[in-house]
Amino acid sequence: MNFVNSLFGDGMLLTYGEAIFLTLKITLLGTLIAYIIGIPIGVLLYGTSKGSLFPNKPINAVTGVVVNVLRSVPFIILLVMTQPIAKFILGTKIGDNAFIVYLVIAAAPFVARMIESSFKEVDAGVIEAAQSMGSTNLQIIFKVLIPESKPSLIVGAAIAITTILGYTPMTYLIAGGGLGQLAIQFGLYRFDSKVMYMSSLLLIILVQILQEVLSFIAKKCDKRIKNK
Amino acid sequence: MIELIEVSKVFETQTATVEAVQDVSLTVEDGDIYGIIGLSGAGKSTLVRCINCLERPTSGKVLIDGVDIATLNPKQLRKQRHKVSMIFQGFNLLSQRTALKNVCYPLEITGVPKEKAIKKAKELLKIVDLSDREISYPSQLSGGQKQRVAIARALATDPKILLCDEATSALDPNTTRSILSLLKQINEKLGVTIVVITHEMKVVEQICNKVAVLNNGKVAEKGLVKDVFLSPKSAIAKELILPPASGETKSVDGEKIRIVFDGVNALEPIVSNLILECRCPVNILSADTKDIGGKIYGQMILQLPDDKALSKRALAFLEEHGITYGKEGEAL
Repeated sequence: MNFVNSLFGDGMLLTYGEAIFLTLKITLLGTLIAYIIGIPIGVLLYGTSKGSLFPNKPINAVTGVVVNVLRSVPFIILLVMTQPIAKFILGTKIGDNAFIVYLVIAAAPFVARMIESSFKEVDAGVIEAAQSMGSTNLQIIFKVLIPESKPSLIVGAAIAITTILGYTPMTYLIAGGGLGQLAIQFGLYRFDSKVMYMSSLLLIILVQILQEVLSFIAKKCDKRIKNK
Repeated sequence: MIELIEVSKVFETQTATVEAVQDVSLTVEDGDIYGIIGLSGAGKSTLVRCINCLERPTSGKVLIDGVDIATLNPKQLRKQRHKVSMIFQGFNLLSQRTALKNVCYPLEITGVPKEKAIKKAKELLKIVDLSDREISYPSQLSGGQKQRVAIARALATDPKILLCDEATSALDPNTTRSILSLLKQINEKLGVTIVVITHEMKVVEQICNKVAVLNNGKVAEKGLVKDVFLSPKSAIAKELILPPASGETKSVDGEKIRIVFDGVNALEPIVSNLILECRCPVNILSADTKDIGGKIYGQMILQLPDDKALSKRALAFLEEHGITYGKEGEAL
């Protein structure tokens, strides 16, 4: 216990544990909701494009502009701008749950673009074949596009999670918690560089684990590679 | 029966208007293996896509068993497509599904129960001789095997018509032959009408009973394969059926002549007779001939001996036997 205490600082172990848990919770929940909103937008971006499943120039253009605008606003500014939305949904502008709302607003457009680009990788010939067999658009989305682009979608998810994790320290702005908040609070305001480095190290380890696990799954489920 | 009535398809691009298909009319009877041949860019692929409405014709009608497919609503069109299958040059298999699951796909989307679909898919893989590759993924199959899976998949919904878009163009000659004989077998045993799009004469030769020659979006010539091949009338058909000899004969000395066979009796050994009768040794520099219905078509480049008297005798022999000839490299 002495070793642990000297490494993390007196009584800090629990603090780190809580911070890791909170960071993971915010990241994973944020990613999940971003995907729930981002997938339909991604499908819309893909499907309404020229020569695609249900081409529609106006819808494609409007969706594209909204997505691009949201993606170009820096997260920290988006966080301030969209506070009324959190207030409307949760009744509060601050705290961890409000932070998840901001994360989702920032990440969903990003997720949508990644979904779109994964779908674009699917061979047009395969989609044409599915159409020639009399598939409906829904069948093409669920039985062709999603399964065929699964490896790419998972790699995309790894990028999305890492990016979202990178946003989490900003919770300190709105009184949220987590590893990033710990690093800033101790490192910036208390000049305790040990906690800052330790929190950062833990963040790095978290990113590595998430990245490796998802890459492994992506590789495992890709049947285009001759591995068996 | 497929009837194309004055079908045209125009593509509008930002810089130009491309008339890919112009006023094409042709009729494919039930049980036919109908070849549509042409050089790349002739509009073959666009034309075949009009048959299953992957492309909508700009004008003209496509009737399948008397029904104008342009009048079908989306639901009816999907139903129609279960009866008109298609295979492709690039196979277009689902890369994340096994061979068996690929064949199951068209059954899944028509709502066939899973066990029944798997049973049917296994039967179909047996027909295409791939029973041992059921659990292989497309990346683990060769080109010929992939096309066999694609054929099994195309047959899953018991189609009446099978459209083949350059189905053998990515395959080597041996594999091409085996895929073509499989198609012929399917036509004979299952009674599936087949439309074959190709740029290769040998494909038409091997399996088709009727052919249409397409050039710049228009039908240059059509009819029974034996009629069109025996006496091609249009320039493009002549070019495709009697391809110009590839002239890599420049390095050889002596007089070179080109002789053309346009329907000589195959049983008559012209060159042997020439050599024996004239006692004139000739050198065959290149030859490209084919036997169509017992007659020879094609051409040969011969090198005649330096001896003028001998070569004169040889040319006289050719004239006597009604064989067209000319100096190599010159039009006849």
